[in-house]
Amino acid sequence: MSDYKSILSASCPMPKLDFEIITMGHGSGGMLTHKLLDAGVFDVLSNEYLDKQHDGAVFDVTPGKMAFTTDSYVVSPIFFPGGNIGELAINGTVNDLCMCGAKAAFISLSFIIEEGLRVSDFWEILLHIKQAADHAGVKIVTGDTKVVERGKGDKIFINTSGVGKVHPEAAISVDRIKTGDKVIISNDIARHGIAIMSVREGLEFESDIESDTCHFNHIVEQLLEDFGNGIHFLRDATRGGLSTILNEVSQSLSKGIAIHQKDITVDESVAGACELLGLDPLYVANEGVFVAFVEASIADQVVQKLKSWENGLHAAVIGEVADQHPGQVVFHSQIGGRRVVNMLVGEQLPRIC
Amino acid sequence: MKYLSEYRNPELVKKYLDEIRQSCTKPWMIMEVCGGQTHSIVKNGLLQLLPKEITMVHGPGCPVCVTPMHLIDKAVYLALKEKVILCSFGDMLRVPGSTDSLLEAKSKGADVRILYSPLEAVKLAKDNPNKQVVFFAVGFETTAPANALSVLHAHREGLENYSILASHVLVPPAIDAVMNDDLVNIQGFLAAGHVCTIMGIGEYGPLVEKYQVPIVVTGFEPVDILHGILMVVKQLEKSEHKLENQYARVVRPEGNPEARKVIEEVFEITDREWRGVGNIPLSGYQVKEQYAAFDANKKFSIKIPKVEENPECIAGQVLKGIKKPHECPQFGKGCTPERPLGAPMVSSEGACAAYYHFSKISGQLTEA
Repeated sequence: MSDYKSILSASCPMPKLDFEIITMGHGSGGMLTHKLLDAGVFDVLSNEYLDKQHDGAVFDVTPGKMAFTTDSYVVSPIFFPGGNIGELAINGTVNDLCMCGAKAAFISLSFIIEEGLRVSDFWEILLHIKQAADHAGVKIVTGDTKVVERGKGDKIFINTSGVGKVHPEAAISVDRIKTGDKVIISNDIARHGIAIMSVREGLEFESDIESDTCHFNHIVEQLLEDFGNGIHFLRDATRGGLSTILNEVSQSLSKGIAIHQKDITVDESVAGACELLGLDPLYVANEGVFVAFVEASIADQVVQKLKSWENGLHAAVIGEVADQHPGQVVFHSQIGGRRVVNMLVGEQLPRIC
Repeated sequence: MKYLSEYRNPELVKKYLDEIRQSCTKPWMIMEVCGGQTHSIVKNGLLQLLPKEITMVHGPGCPVCVTPMHLIDKAVYLALKEKVILCSFGDMLRVPGSTDSLLEAKSKGADVRILYSPLEAVKLAKDNPNKQVVFFAVGFETTAPANALSVLHAHREGLENYSILASHVLVPPAIDAVMNDDLVNIQGFLAAGHVCTIMGIGEYGPLVEKYQVPIVVTGFEPVDILHGILMVVKQLEKSEHKLENQYARVVRPEGNPEARKVIEEVFEITDREWRGVGNIPLSGYQVKEQYAAFDANKKFSIKIPKVEENPECIAGQVLKGIKKPHECPQFGKGCTPERPLGAPMVSSEGACAAYYHFSKISGQLTEA
């Protein structure tokens, strides 16, 4: 899948190593591990915390609330149009902290590598991790590398955990959502899932669709600065897509959520691919879209703020919270019909007809 | 999107709805045959927009729904065999067999792949000479040409490790079977546009005459479906029965002769069991003897017991419009999309699943 790699490694060439693929020895903790880490990981990700190469990171905290999260990344293929597993591993964990109303600061990074991974691929991933961390303004302060036998993994798995300081004005909790709240999405939907699908074995199709992966570390901070506790709830619309998030919320609140097709943007190529594959964009994964439940009076201003952000061009109010149809998400189609948008039973599978 | 957005135009939808309302003076029961049409009706919320005089019956045209359980059991059996890669269209994977679905077989270690085209399966066979690649060839006349073509490609390349497990069903015999049931009260049909793209419309004329029902070959977008319904209603109100083609932008009267030639080369017509409906004479395709080497049924000795359908499932009556899904005692209780008793609860376009999802809008169940 080298087609989807960036030119990062051209500007930052890989160090000369006497091995081309990663073997069991690189996870042994011995000489080979040191070679890989010293010439690779520590150099690229260098900062005052990581440079100590201690068992953990030690840092100061200021008074106030902290948020802490963890997530594992197993995406296949590891390089895909518009991104790769490394970038995803940073953005995903940063975004989970943002959804708690926090600004991500410190990240841990653990690799589980399948024997046989090309060092050049590992290098490329590492550079993207560095770039994503720099963009988000976070530091990778501790980590781990393990190697498993061929067949026991899928090239590379990454786990990241993160901590961040919660904004003093933030009061983000599902039980703060009330009837009349507006539902906002931060951008157009379904790009990530379709980008991945377009390079999956057996389903490949030519397209210019790229993953929407990005971090929310600055935009969420700005929203909280401007609107404080008027933002009632935030959630990123990753696995299961927009409809899964909305269903989770409506069920836990026992309130209804009405959404309007005309207000939800789906890129034309993405919509075309969904037609072709028989997928519903409402269920397709995003890596750069979040949903905000906000006080109705500030909804338009929140959308304006989002639109000023480079990844929020298609931000919009798409619906509202209501007392009717408790526990249901009711979709109002463009042509005036209605249907219930349910939680997916399993994975969304392409349809025959 | 060109050729799509104009058929989702809210103003045109309103125009057709108004015309249907004005034309309709008494109750009519119309069946949309194809699962793709059912899906569009449900997805766009068309049912609540139609006047209450119109009852839409979701017909047996969902290939996932009508594939017999025994055949799914065969596919699961093959998938679990050593050195077999079983390929299928995506939505077949969740359909329950008597013990497992293909998805469950996959989690038990079977090599099951989702493909978009059977030609990909031929490529997979070429790339994996030490494995047997079986394509689960499900579908109506629409998917038959590509499945037949995969056999021709494999034959041309001399592949000995490619075969198809064919479960092709045909629309006209199904309409015939539906109308043959005395309990059925369908008064008009929307025929499946894409099937006619391949086969043409010639087979439907005799059915119009035999049962004196209007049949309108119809597309899949909201404007298409409403237009098709309007054409049926207009005929019914005038006590006419004609074969009409709403989907003329895609369907030529003669169909696609090239595609039909490929089908005729590889397949022959045979009796076929339909899940929930039973055996329908001359309603399916099987691989011709001369291509027996590519017929998984003949290539592998598949000895598995035939398990009867759950007797509590009334899928057959639902697919013929004799009963509504919620009239089934098991509906939403013993049978849900998570634990389906029968196939119409599995696929998103299955009539029972469509009702199940919609019925959750409080109080709207009986209108659906």
